[in-house]
Amino acid sequence: MLLLPVLLLPVLLFRSPGGRLPLFRFRFPGGRLMDLAYSAEEEDFRARLRAWLAEVLPKLPPRPDPLDWPARRAHDMSWQRALYDAGYAGLHWPAEAGGRGATPTQHLIFLEETEAAGAPYVGAGFVGLLHAGPTIAAEGTPEQCERWLPPILRGEQVWCQGFSEPDAGSDLAALRTRAVRDGDDYVVTGAKIWTSHAEVADWCELLVRTDPGAPRHRGITWLAMPMDAPGITVRPLRTLAGSTEFAEVFLDEVRVPVRNRVGAENDGWRVTMVTLSYERGTAFVGEVVACRRTLRLLARRARENGRWDDPAVRRELGRLNAVFTALWRLTQWNVSEAEHSLRRGGTSVPGLGGSVFKLRYSHARQELYEAAAQVLGPQALDLDEEWTRGRLSSLSYTIAAGTSQIQRNIVAERILGLPKGR
Amino acid sequence: MDFRLTEDQEALRRGMRDLLTARFDASVLHRTAAGTGAATDAGTRTDAGTRTRVDADAGPGDAASGGGGLLRGSGPGGAAALDRALWRELGAAGVFSLRIPEDSGGAGLGLPEAVLLFEEAGAALLPGPLAASHLAAGLVPGAADGTAIVTAVDLVERGPVEHLDSAETVLVLGDTVGTTAPEALAAEPVRSLDPLSPLHRVRQPPDAGGGPLGAGGRPEPLEADPAVLRRRAALLTAAQQLGSAGRTLALAVGHARRREQFGQPIGAFQAVKHLCAEMLVRSETARSMVYAAAVTEDYGDIRAAKLLADDAAVQNARDCLQVHGGMGFTWEAEVHLHVKRAWLRAGQWVTAVTAEEELATVL
Repeated sequence: MLLLPVLLLPVLLFRSPGGRLPLFRFRFPGGRLMDLAYSAEEEDFRARLRAWLAEVLPKLPPRPDPLDWPARRAHDMSWQRALYDAGYAGLHWPAEAGGRGATPTQHLIFLEETEAAGAPYVGAGFVGLLHAGPTIAAEGTPEQCERWLPPILRGEQVWCQGFSEPDAGSDLAALRTRAVRDGDDYVVTGAKIWTSHAEVADWCELLVRTDPGAPRHRGITWLAMPMDAPGITVRPLRTLAGSTEFAEVFLDEVRVPVRNRVGAENDGWRVTMVTLSYERGTAFVGEVVACRRTLRLLARRARENGRWDDPAVRRELGRLNAVFTALWRLTQWNVSEAEHSLRRGGTSVPGLGGSVFKLRYSHARQELYEAAAQVLGPQALDLDEEWTRGRLSSLSYTIAAGTSQIQRNIVAERILGLPKGR
Repeated sequence: MDFRLTEDQEALRRGMRDLLTARFDASVLHRTAAGTGAATDAGTRTDAGTRTRVDADAGPGDAASGGGGLLRGSGPGGAAALDRALWRELGAAGVFSLRIPEDSGGAGLGLPEAVLLFEEAGAALLPGPLAASHLAAGLVPGAADGTAIVTAVDLVERGPVEHLDSAETVLVLGDTVGTTAPEALAAEPVRSLDPLSPLHRVRQPPDAGGGPLGAGGRPEPLEADPAVLRRRAALLTAAQQLGSAGRTLALAVGHARRREQFGQPIGAFQAVKHLCAEMLVRSETARSMVYAAAVTEDYGDIRAAKLLADDAAVQNARDCLQVHGGMGFTWEAEVHLHVKRAWLRAGQWVTAVTAEEELATVL
């Protein structure tokens, strides 16, 4: 990391209207400014990771059938265990929570290298490692941390997320699933939707309404619900791609112990939002790396099947090359901003970068698979083509994790300062 | 990795902004384009360059603060001459000599710093062959300190030549680099789309072996790599486009906050809000690419930077025009100047066709 000594600030003089214009005078230290190079420590981290991946990946069993959830869980968890044994589990978690306290740049390198090497994705470990775990680490009691965090890091327990409801999607604070205190338990009744990994999860991070009379954001509580509790019905939803990536979860008087509550009663909205401060601009690193690889493979395929001779196809691939290169640079920018913020003791999200990135990336991914269809020609109708399935999956990107319309509202109101609509 | 602007770079950017505010602010731009008359709803330049909240609430620029326009007088084809005094001030400020080593009288800085200055120039729509003159510094006498205005002709892309009548020298980029006197160039004036950028069309040479100088003419050879100069010209042009894209975003946001219809600011309507959000997405994506290309100076990065910055400048100017409604279609609003300059710059150095074809080739 390049840190400029304060003493080397430039002496900058500029003209006052009507006066004589002196030269800009600068004294810069040696070395690059706006540094895109990685430090020796970062390169060492990369080299050790690459060596480890080269050793373990060939021994990994083949990926299971995407429709076989128990097999997917087993595969993802054994990979998490391997990461744990090698010291890479919870890389971006703070050391107090059992993580490695890695810098955002190290996390970027980790995600870049694992994707480039074809390592398994976080998969069934997603909610535990990226949302529920960090929430517990930040807001849970020492006992709760001890109980839930080590099994996440070791790949022993799977978490799912019970936030969205049939009538609370983009407007999450409209959630209505009720929790009523009864002795040492909350009795929970309602319905959740878009719950990934629900069929194979051990725990659900659940948002419930504990005070229906309070303002919307102030009557919500965060609970850890054991998925084997009586009264839970999981109904898988089939996506348009034919897979069952998420489910509806119906809750009928499910008893959740009060000691499973993280944070205070009715403080669940804040508890949930705190986790956003764990976002370091790295959320889509692996995906951008994968898209750039897909783009190169598309060019190769087009050269083989003759579509390359069509200048419209060629130019679109060239344009996408520019877009994904820019998205990689935007990622590096956001990670640098996050790292800088952390160094100053802050935890702030790269908010501007995050929403801007999500907006551009989700559309770019769809453009990529439209280009793939151009390259495939009639074979774009063949579901045995990986890119045909990718084209179907890409349709979710402008909806999941905040629709493009919601993201534009966020950008316009919170960054550009435009007034809220009435 | 620390891909952020340093405090030094931010200070440099502010210095350029202050210089332009004093000498070429929105009111001067306006008067220059109008020929006569005072500024109307032109807005003030805002913090388009930083990644912070865009504050476009300020009112119209102070019409009294500016000096004369950069363009003076009238030449062939209705073209106007550049203001030499301002050009020399830019030279004295180090805009052209920025990258010349300190022991040779420059500031010893690099392309990233040059890009920041050019972004500010683009935001202000400062007219003139800025990229050509910057690249000529150290090669052509007088270019570094602004006493000579240097324009350029690219024999490969064969785009129009800007400000030929104001220039002392023309850089000629073919397989090699040379210079020639403006009057030696076989060129004819074009009635320029951009009122602030007089253009000349270079006539096709009479035969395949002929040069751009007409019968018997040969450029004076220079020790320079034409590929490197083209690359840098494309990057500096991309930086100006980026500046324009940030400026039209700020203008659109400012207008959307102030203009009321149906009893509320039009910026409260999602249809308008989402246009503005997409403008920010375009300019920030382009910004990451332009800054990264300035650091790596990789040709692929530069092509990508030019392509995305051209798109951001053109599309943002058009969206800004749309947000302004009928006023956006008038000569009085600043918007049309951005549309026209963005179209001009998009056709210079690396065009979209070239960038896309070349970026496909390297896949």
